[in-house]
Amino acid sequence: MNAIEIRKQAVSGDISLKDMLDKIYSDIKTRDREINAFITLTEESAYLQAAALKKKIENKEAKGKLFGVPVAVKDNMCLRGVRTTCGSKILENYIAPYDAAVIEKLKKEDAIIVGKTNMDEFAMGSSTETSHFGITRNPRDLSRIPGGSSGGSAAAIAAGFVPVALGSDTGGSIRQPASLCGVYGLKPTYGLVSRYGLIAFASSLDQIGPFTSNTEDMALVLEAIAGYDNRDSTSCPGSIPEYSKMSDLDPGLTVGIPKEYFIDGMDKEVEDRIREVIERLKSSGVKIKEISLPHTKYAVSVYYIIAPSEASANLARYDGVKYGFRAGITDKTETADLLDVYKKTRTIGFGDEVKRRIMIGTYALSAGYYDAYYRKAQKVRTLIKRDFDNAFRECQIILTPTTPETAFRFGEKTGDPLKMYLSDVFTISCNLAGIPGLSMPVGNDQKGLPVGMQLLAPHFKEQELLSFAHYIEKTLDYEL
Amino acid sequence: MRITAEDILKIASLARLELTPEEVEKMLKDMESILGYIGQLNELNTEDIAPTAHSQELKNVMREDLVSPFSGREEIMKNAPEEEDGYFRVKRVVD
Repeated sequence: MNAIEIRKQAVSGDISLKDMLDKIYSDIKTRDREINAFITLTEESAYLQAAALKKKIENKEAKGKLFGVPVAVKDNMCLRGVRTTCGSKILENYIAPYDAAVIEKLKKEDAIIVGKTNMDEFAMGSSTETSHFGITRNPRDLSRIPGGSSGGSAAAIAAGFVPVALGSDTGGSIRQPASLCGVYGLKPTYGLVSRYGLIAFASSLDQIGPFTSNTEDMALVLEAIAGYDNRDSTSCPGSIPEYSKMSDLDPGLTVGIPKEYFIDGMDKEVEDRIREVIERLKSSGVKIKEISLPHTKYAVSVYYIIAPSEASANLARYDGVKYGFRAGITDKTETADLLDVYKKTRTIGFGDEVKRRIMIGTYALSAGYYDAYYRKAQKVRTLIKRDFDNAFRECQIILTPTTPETAFRFGEKTGDPLKMYLSDVFTISCNLAGIPGLSMPVGNDQKGLPVGMQLLAPHFKEQELLSFAHYIEKTLDYEL
Repeated sequence: MRITAEDILKIASLARLELTPEEVEKMLKDMESILGYIGQLNELNTEDIAPTAHSQELKNVMREDLVSPFSGREEIMKNAPEEEDGYFRVKRVVD
């Protein structure tokens, strides 16, 4: 059942929320052993919430937008009183003392938080292979990755554990796993959803967004979590549109296809699928135009300077002093002095990919290199943003593949970090420009693996984005 | 700007990380590869381009300097690896 359906039946009392949770947890405890989408299950609070919601029905109280809807949350968002790990050993015992803004909003809208999902450590990765809590398997093919870093959340939807999950997207970490798992994922405009309580990776890029199995649920969840928050200094003021009110296809719509997003080395089946969608849109009367985003090929380089640089600053706080793992307390590590505590805590607490990115970031920001790397990357970031500003004068939506290939096998890219980074090529520019991006499933390849298509729109045009995705979903009606 | 093993050790020290000799080798190889790729940015002339710090036009977002009551101290201290009399206990800071 999707979220809208669940809400309807929960409100009318046609389903018992307790029974729903019994089924969900029984399902997770059987099938999630192999998939490993969840790090922590929040059963006690979920059942308490279900009981509280039952009282609301009895007392005929107002019911929130997500009344009774079970939601899974990526483990980098603080849920008060619950372990929040970021997929890392360094936070394996950290109990969040507060709720993230999005969690407050989910609770306010009467959602039921079912558990915290697995992720690449500190959101650094594209395959959920770097989590301290083990890999997550793609429910569509258990020998393959679900994508990352929000692999657990994407898998939770694809496996049918829950109808809604939250993830975070810094370089594609919602859209890429959505694509590889065959579900819907949205990265909203930077500043639309509060980052308060989202454990920071790269502050100028991070955004929280929903995973769902259809566009109507996605619009509803976005309504629930979007909005200005004065505790996030990058949160944008402004009223939230009624995203659930999907508009019909705009007859004046022009969809832009950037030629730089069809590259050598990309999977031919992925390319064919996307071109097929474009043809079908053409025949149903949508205006299609070829456009150019000339600085696309520099996006990965820009990202892999900016993100690690910001990460090296954001992860400096993990020193074992106030929370999390501290070397020598529960383990037998000898620590000579305070500096040694810092070094050993971080060396033992962080995984290899996190260390690699901290090193790159520290190098790029260090004296003598700041201008050559970080400042240079920021300037090219301006050029990439300009590409989109120019493109959106010729079209209202940009359509691209989400990933150059379908889900790869475990271990295929872990030997060469650069190879892993290059798989983010289609998703990264969107974060650099801060524009919203959505990935939707558009069928499967010959191996039965999902192919994802990406739609991009100008800042704060989520309504247009969702409406067009909805049009494609209903009209083209892909078998998934 | 070729990166050396000495650079790796210097950066690791700044980042408060310890690497074994094998890890230094691997890190050197990985960073050479990544920095080599990133060098493509030098193809672009960005002399007259302003840097973008983040994508929205927000500047100097401040709040009023007002004190408000905070009741979460106990919950925060629960996460302390070592605690004494309400303080975070650490190794000697000053000799």
